[in-house]
Amino acid sequence: MARNPQLNSHGELIHLLSIEGLPKAVLTQILDTAGTFLSVNDRDVKKVPLLRGKSVFNLFFENSTRTRTTFEIAAKRLSADVINLDIQRSSTAKGESLLDTIANLSAMHADMFVVRHGESGAPYLIAQHCAPHVHVVNAGDGRHAHPTQGLLDMYTIRHYKRDFSELTVAIVGDIVHSRVARSDIHGLAILGVPEIRAVGPKTLVPGDLAQMGVRVCHDMAEGIRGADVIIMLRLQNERMSGAMLPSAGEFFKCYGLTPDKLALAKPDAIVMHPGPINRGVEIESSVADGRHSVILPQVTFGIAVRMAVMSTIAGNQA
Amino acid sequence: MTQLQLDAEALYAELRHGVRGLLQPDAALVGIWSGGAWLAERLQRDLALPGAHGVISSTLHRDDFAERGLAGGTAATQLPFAIDGRPIVLIDDVLYTGRTIRAVINELYDFGRPASVTLAVLVDRGGRELPIAASFAAARVTLPRNQRLALARDPAGLFTFAVEELA
Repeated sequence: MARNPQLNSHGELIHLLSIEGLPKAVLTQILDTAGTFLSVNDRDVKKVPLLRGKSVFNLFFENSTRTRTTFEIAAKRLSADVINLDIQRSSTAKGESLLDTIANLSAMHADMFVVRHGESGAPYLIAQHCAPHVHVVNAGDGRHAHPTQGLLDMYTIRHYKRDFSELTVAIVGDIVHSRVARSDIHGLAILGVPEIRAVGPKTLVPGDLAQMGVRVCHDMAEGIRGADVIIMLRLQNERMSGAMLPSAGEFFKCYGLTPDKLALAKPDAIVMHPGPINRGVEIESSVADGRHSVILPQVTFGIAVRMAVMSTIAGNQA
Repeated sequence: MTQLQLDAEALYAELRHGVRGLLQPDAALVGIWSGGAWLAERLQRDLALPGAHGVISSTLHRDDFAERGLAGGTAATQLPFAIDGRPIVLIDDVLYTGRTIRAVINELYDFGRPASVTLAVLVDRGGRELPIAASFAAARVTLPRNQRLALARDPAGLFTFAVEELA
């Protein structure tokens, strides 16, 4: 069997491209390491020297302020030099191929690429063609994967629920377009969550999810009843083509998270969202700001998780 | 070759005596994870010091990160007190190259500026690669490079030393 391209011959993580196929021990180690980095925020000096002298290039072929910023903060807290490339407006627009861009940036002594790309698989291509000492982190590729978001969601769930082995997790909304949903499902399955539910209209929930051990629910009440964790997804207007939905108002009526619907979940349920949230489209304001919401802690945990990912892969040799 | 025998409990009694002599007013004990943290925990109790001891980890400042990565564990530093202006007594089980102490002093300074830093250890095994010395060592021994001294703590809290052969 071909080796997972993210792991070296010792089974250590050298790139983070997808949660799919990673051993549970690797995920757990990243979550444990993130816990260590979370406490760096409490110090006088909020910086550790693990990536001192290393250059991290943020290559965002697709827009994202939040994810790019949290990667930048994470790299800077590890003392790396961070170079942000606004790639949409530069070489690609002039016709340079992806691999030529990477070759040029490697000649500038890049040590790590953080890549967001509209095409699924672009980070794999880069990982296969970059120099052995260069590490690649997938910051979201097409509809495929968003592994650091998946890991920070796992960190958030572990932080509030401690143990995965008896949880019911409902992922609600536009699952067909969501790389976050895919990464979450893989993470939850690897960490041993017994009940994973995908909740949404038939047009937005892929039918093949049942093969991944996911319970598909087209009825919102059925989907969130008794849930410990509710992960709301953003309605991705920019990825939608054709008539997948009658209207945003209709979607909110059926699948928007309101206090009434939230009351069906466990009393201590947590509500998560990868952001940016669309108030009144997938989630009511009072829920987004309410006592069940852990949306802002997710952002804080995201920095520690990205520090853990970058320091873990940078410390392992190809 | 005769195996080195070290009575960790007898050495601990020596260390307790030695650390008592190092304690200035307002001093705080900080144990280096993991063996040093066990020693600091017991010293805090046996010396009837007020408050809690600190635990410090070298992980984030190690100089072998490029070779070893984060493999050495991810224990977090826990300093349940402000260190600014306080005399800090670092406690460790074994002092060897001095590289862990260098890393730990850097880690300490990420939390503030202590009045002073001193070091007390159970065993100084020589082999220093940096200009670092302990103010107190309960024993000084010489060990070949392929041997490692490992402190263990049993469920009753008693210490033992084992000499391990490195591959």
